[in-house]
Amino acid sequence: MIESKRYGSMSSVLKILGENHIWFFLAICIAVFSWASPYFLTMNNLGNVLTQGSFIGLLAVGMTLVMINGEIDLSVGAILAMACALAIGLQDSMGALPAILLAILSGAAFGFVNGALVALSGIHSFIVTLGALIGIRGVVFIYTGEQALMVEDFSYTEYAEVYLGPLSLTAMIFLGFTALFQWLLSNTRHGREAYAIGDNIKSAHEAGIRVKRHKVINFVLCGVLAAVAGVLLSMRLGTAEPNAGKIWELWTIIAIVLGGTRLTGGYGSMWKTLGGVLTLAVMLNGLRLLNTPNYIELMVMGTVLVLALVLDKTLANKKTN
Amino acid sequence: MSVWAEAKEPLRKHGLIAAFAIFLVVTALYAPSFLTIGNILDVIRQVSITGMIAIGVTFVVITGRLDLSVGSLLTLLTVLVVDQHNQTGPALAIATTLAVGLLIGVVNGYLVGFLKLNALIVTLAMLSLLQGLTLLYSGGSNVNITNPQETWFKIFGRGDLLGVPMPVWLFLGVAVIASFVLLRTNFGRWIYSVGGNEIASLFSGVRTRWVVLCAYMISGFATAVAAIIMGSRVMGAQNTIGQGYELTVLAGIILGGTSMLGGSGTIWRTVIGITMLGFVQNGLLLLGFPYYIQWLVTWAVIILAVWIDLAAKRGGIFA
Repeated sequence: MIESKRYGSMSSVLKILGENHIWFFLAICIAVFSWASPYFLTMNNLGNVLTQGSFIGLLAVGMTLVMINGEIDLSVGAILAMACALAIGLQDSMGALPAILLAILSGAAFGFVNGALVALSGIHSFIVTLGALIGIRGVVFIYTGEQALMVEDFSYTEYAEVYLGPLSLTAMIFLGFTALFQWLLSNTRHGREAYAIGDNIKSAHEAGIRVKRHKVINFVLCGVLAAVAGVLLSMRLGTAEPNAGKIWELWTIIAIVLGGTRLTGGYGSMWKTLGGVLTLAVMLNGLRLLNTPNYIELMVMGTVLVLALVLDKTLANKKTN
Repeated sequence: MSVWAEAKEPLRKHGLIAAFAIFLVVTALYAPSFLTIGNILDVIRQVSITGMIAIGVTFVVITGRLDLSVGSLLTLLTVLVVDQHNQTGPALAIATTLAVGLLIGVVNGYLVGFLKLNALIVTLAMLSLLQGLTLLYSGGSNVNITNPQETWFKIFGRGDLLGVPMPVWLFLGVAVIASFVLLRTNFGRWIYSVGGNEIASLFSGVRTRWVVLCAYMISGFATAVAAIIMGSRVMGAQNTIGQGYELTVLAGIILGGTSMLGGSGTIWRTVIGITMLGFVQNGLLLLGFPYYIQWLVTWAVIILAVWIDLAAKRGGIFA
């Protein structure tokens, strides 16, 4: 997708921008909100935007991998809630670090279940993960007993309070994973083959790519990232609500599609997703700073999403003509 | 392998029903009130709202598309029918609700059918948009019908005929009409052909874009009818009353065996799927399980039902 090696660094930056219309849109959004609200363009607020966007962002990085494979994972919100609950629920008995590890492991396990079911049964991932979205939420309710779990030792909530300038630890982890998985996509065999599978699964299979293994790996990665988001959320809130992350899978899909990654697979990148996540976060933050009521937010999101699709369609049509 | 070969066809055809029958018997043994007429009618009344929506969405699913906006639409329309009832009276409220349901269906159908946008994203956007519209309309507060005892509007949710609750009659009536439309009319055949092979049906002279538009209109209309029942049953509406319905509806449709790829499926399958979910939910509650156990069971049942169906079609358990 991005052949930066053949171009100079300046022209490769331009090329990336040309392929990622979302960054122009993001720039426009930032300009408009900076003009409309004096509080928007401050270091403090921009840092906040990044931190707030990081949770959906981590879910989106994982789901982008799955989507490039031509699959979808609707269960990320429920996996996040499970990790959140485990990180807080287990730390009294075993300490914070093992609890965090187990929480992340639970994400890997659920991701593996999803991936294995998709690979073994041949059921479309939409159905598999729709089932998981309902079922894993049930597991969360069983574990928490419908109660919000509270952290006993409040020093746990300080773990995430590490700042590098305006950048919070949460944001750094999100940006780190974005860069890591972009590298994975563009520089490793797994990444190249992920595109091949999403583009044409049959020819990928006939070319000797181990389609099923790649899919399982990507579902596991997606689960792990959702669990990481869950752990970070538990640090930020100090509580684990059984309903945490509900319908976040929908926001995640919105962010990814805004970025320009296609649901049909074989096309997309982490840069696009990063752009989509930031745009979503900037719009939500900006609208809130302008004191717009909650319903305007929801309506703007819906409209922007449809416009993004229409734009994407027209641009794609122009290219083929 | 030979046991599998012999068992697969009956298992595919009747496995789900057999498993369901076993569930009914076992539950009835432990919870004597489960299989009484009163409880059965209660369950069907409870599923009638989800079922009504599911019947509409089945049309969309058979064309090979999705409608995730029905949950939000149910919320908006229930708020609308309740509020309009207070303002303009029942008859106008019902007419407005049906019209708005159809209108949202037209918008969805235009975006998906004519502009050829991805149905998942379009209806997702609509989900968000309709949530916003609901809050805009209601101002965030709950609405209630001011004279629940006097109004004739109560018959839809609270009335009964020959001892059977009205929602059940409406559910069955809509199911029969929908089934007739789907199986006995040209329009029904077009729905199947668009889902089966869109390009081929376009070249055979089917106006595929209009068929898709109409499918979404049916979905919107069915949701409007469900909202009328809901409003009449509850005599009020919160701003979250329909949240999550889109998922339950899809779960029921999938459980019934309608393929998400389009081109196959029937109304009675959807009715059976939704009703089974209702009985499982009710049975687990009567057995004393907490309500969230049904979510786990739904997960397992969906995967198993679809897997068995696929396995029998391809003649092997694993893909």
